[in-house]
Amino acid sequence: MDIVRPILQALFILAVPPIMLGVIVKTKAQFAGRVGPPVLQPYYDLAKLLRKRSVFSRTTTWVFRAGPVIGVTAPLIAAAFIPIGDGDAMVSFDGDFLVVAYLLGLARFFTMAAALDTGSAFEGMGAAREATFACIAEPAFVMGLLAIARANHALSLSGFLGPSVAAHWPHDGPSFVLVAAGLFVVMLAENCRLPVDDPSTHLELTMIHEVMVLDHGGPALGFISYGAAVKLFVFAAMLIRLVIPITEPGWAIWLALAGGTIAISIAIGVVESTVARLRLTHVPAFLLAACLLCALGVVLLVR
Amino acid sequence: MNEWLVVAGIGLLAISGLPGLVLSRTGSSGERVAAGLVIAGAIAGIAGSLRALIAPATAVPIRLGWLVPLGAFHVEVDALSAMFEIQVFLLAALGAIYALAYWRQAEHPDNGRKLRASYGVMVAGMALLGVGRNVILFMVGWEVMAIGAFLSITAEDHLPRTREVGYLYLIATRVATLCVIAAIALLVVALGTSEIEGSLDGGAPLATAIFVLAAIGCSIKAGVMPLHVWLPGAHATAPSHVSALMSGALIKMGIYSLLRFTSLFTAPPLWWGITVLALGLVSGVLGVAFAIGQHDLKRLLAYHSVENIGIIAMGVGIALIGRATGRGELVALGLAGGLLHVWNHGVFKGLLFLCAGSVLHATHTREIDHLGGLGRRMRWTSSCFVVGAVAICGLPPLNGFISELLVYLGFLDVATIRPGALWLIGVVSAALLALIGTLAVACFVKVVGAVFLGEPRSSAAANAHEAARPMIGPMLVLAALCFAIGLGAPVIAPALDHAVAAWAPELQLQPTGALAPLTKLAMVYVPLIGLTAAAAWWLARRFRGAPTQVGTWDCGYAAPTARMQYTSSSFAQMLVASFAWALRPEVKRPELSGPFPATSEFHSEVYDTVLDRLLVPSVERVDEQRRWVIWMQAGSAHAYVFYVLATLVALLIWKGGG
Repeated sequence: MDIVRPILQALFILAVPPIMLGVIVKTKAQFAGRVGPPVLQPYYDLAKLLRKRSVFSRTTTWVFRAGPVIGVTAPLIAAAFIPIGDGDAMVSFDGDFLVVAYLLGLARFFTMAAALDTGSAFEGMGAAREATFACIAEPAFVMGLLAIARANHALSLSGFLGPSVAAHWPHDGPSFVLVAAGLFVVMLAENCRLPVDDPSTHLELTMIHEVMVLDHGGPALGFISYGAAVKLFVFAAMLIRLVIPITEPGWAIWLALAGGTIAISIAIGVVESTVARLRLTHVPAFLLAACLLCALGVVLLVR
Repeated sequence: MNEWLVVAGIGLLAISGLPGLVLSRTGSSGERVAAGLVIAGAIAGIAGSLRALIAPATAVPIRLGWLVPLGAFHVEVDALSAMFEIQVFLLAALGAIYALAYWRQAEHPDNGRKLRASYGVMVAGMALLGVGRNVILFMVGWEVMAIGAFLSITAEDHLPRTREVGYLYLIATRVATLCVIAAIALLVVALGTSEIEGSLDGGAPLATAIFVLAAIGCSIKAGVMPLHVWLPGAHATAPSHVSALMSGALIKMGIYSLLRFTSLFTAPPLWWGITVLALGLVSGVLGVAFAIGQHDLKRLLAYHSVENIGIIAMGVGIALIGRATGRGELVALGLAGGLLHVWNHGVFKGLLFLCAGSVLHATHTREIDHLGGLGRRMRWTSSCFVVGAVAICGLPPLNGFISELLVYLGFLDVATIRPGALWLIGVVSAALLALIGTLAVACFVKVVGAVFLGEPRSSAAANAHEAARPMIGPMLVLAALCFAIGLGAPVIAPALDHAVAAWAPELQLQPTGALAPLTKLAMVYVPLIGLTAAAAWWLARRFRGAPTQVGTWDCGYAAPTARMQYTSSSFAQMLVASFAWALRPEVKRPELSGPFPATSEFHSEVYDTVLDRLLVPSVERVDEQRRWVIWMQAGSAHAYVFYVLATLVALLIWKGGG
């Protein structure tokens, strides 16, 4: 099992993330009364993009090419810290959730730098917004996970999101509910979903992630889309592990995780179908609410 | 042996600029001799301090007599000193090499020789401060460092702005010296000896006074917010290799002094640690917030020094909390994190200032919004700057992440303390450190983007050229160190343990390697780098032959110009607005009216709130009242002789009466 589990985990991380995008799009189509593209469409898109050719602006340097590469490798390594399945994650140590946060920060750094490398005012705008909103989302993320960590007497993701977390729900449930709500908002913001950003539009003055990658094409764009899917999966998997009510390690956790991934994608799809995008100036307040939810989760642990 | 090597190194540094003073003003022999002496001194000093760091048991203090009252030539290199000495010597040597091309005698005939002399004196003072264990020797080091730095900052003293900045520095360093002298006087009373050794109870009557005075003096030197007022201007105006040395090493000597003072106290009160931690948090958050608002490349980097000193202070604060509560793991994690961040900040900030100097040398402007597109024109400089930027943001796998992780782990340990309310401090501090990290990412993406990426915004940037080899060499050394410390952290950890043990000798501490997952983290870096290399290789193969001479997608607009790019000010605008309560930005908005509005402009500027909005106005207000006291300082020698006489008589009466 010790050799099989990491392989299964790696396959899960590599294969599952794009399906989330497919499920979200399908959900939104259902809400709009359309049939929508097949759930596996993101995989077809990736295969198509990887075969395409690329074009580069004469303004760009190596930084523009580094953006997509680090944009996919850093989230993949970050995913290795998430406890997937019935045991510990592939890597686990005290404070590993900070490594996850900072690996995603590394990806963000190079994605934003690549956007600025084009010299386009549009992409600069997107990068500035990404940088600003991350500043509010990140403290919320750290505070939320720290609340779970303290309640569970463990400092690693595998420790405090493993089966033990379900055992602490009866005692620290209120705190966990608040943190889960906060982390859900952080997930929406960090992955540029509605109501913070609209991933389905292009060339709109109010968007963030899509505008940063406007000049990337072909395999580079494929890398970026895949990296974005992996990042979404990282946040979703943490949230799922927080709420799975299974205390015994076993195959049921694998099923719960797979089901949870679909469920959370549907939830995102529902949010995206029913909520309008916030005005840009209101986004910080929305994210501060997430911060406050996580802070309240911490405060509820005082006794 | 170690001590004598370091002393020899200090001597060589001190005299390095002197031969140049008598050599030809036009030839280059003086600068070569100076660089050679600094390098020789640095090699001796690094050899001695490295040995002391690896094997602290080899320390053999030098104790020679000295005719000065209370004085003795007492030099000791323990692991704590060695940490700081290595940094001083390394940056001194790299700065001297860099100056060979950056501040050539041929280009600066008026001040080149003076600068080299004061540079040598400054670094010698820093190195002496780090090893002097007699209070007088310590103060000599402190003062020589301060005066040498003043002379180095004011190298271009024909410029009024430089003189202003120099005077401000002088005032700040005088105040710091006053506080430290007072602290030392009390220390001599408390210890009963003029040597800085032994141990005191943190609850002793004089302990609080010593701590407060030392903390104020050292915080001014280190540039802790709100006592940082001298720092941004001095770092921005000084020649870039001096900025690199000051930011990389000089301000750390404030941290060193604070550590040396606090190491004497066993069981310090809990509020010491909480105070230092709080100062660190304020410095960290506001330092980076002010940095985001800057347009001046070197001033921006200077504010990041305030931020990073904040992170170091957080580590020291955790260690003090641990020492107060008897929690060894907090001492080990906090101090190891703080000390490693001292090194890391020296490496990446030294690197960034050298890169900034190279940009300044090539374009003659520090104004970020006049630059752009330098990545294609200065490949080495821009790549080095990107490495430094990733490192200073604390992103893995470079060195900044390791020290920030150690500080984080200290916070996590605080956050799991039960019972009591201390744990809330850990949670809040960790969240604020996360905020600092993302703000730093925002700030450095802004700088990298505006300076090195995109299209040049001015002809100066368009015609920029790559720096000369003596400038690139030191940058490459520091960039390589960013990688080496980041990837080789488990190897460095034992050295940190020695330094931590030297600070808190009464505690039995676990090694950092056992408390922090350094080895596991290094193992994670292998797939990270491997995967990145593989993906980059595959993409590079796919990109071969791709068209590279098309324009950026401009939404169909036919005539884009470089001025339409997002500027650093626009990038920072949202963040500056959200920190407006502290930054108080001055914004001049364009006034547009009528169907054909006249040309107008937008301008925003972030001044230093503490200096420009608090200190300067209040000093001016005092100045208005000066006629009430000005008669005392009329400039008459007779009056001054009378003051001296009157004081003497008063003292005689006082003593005679007692």
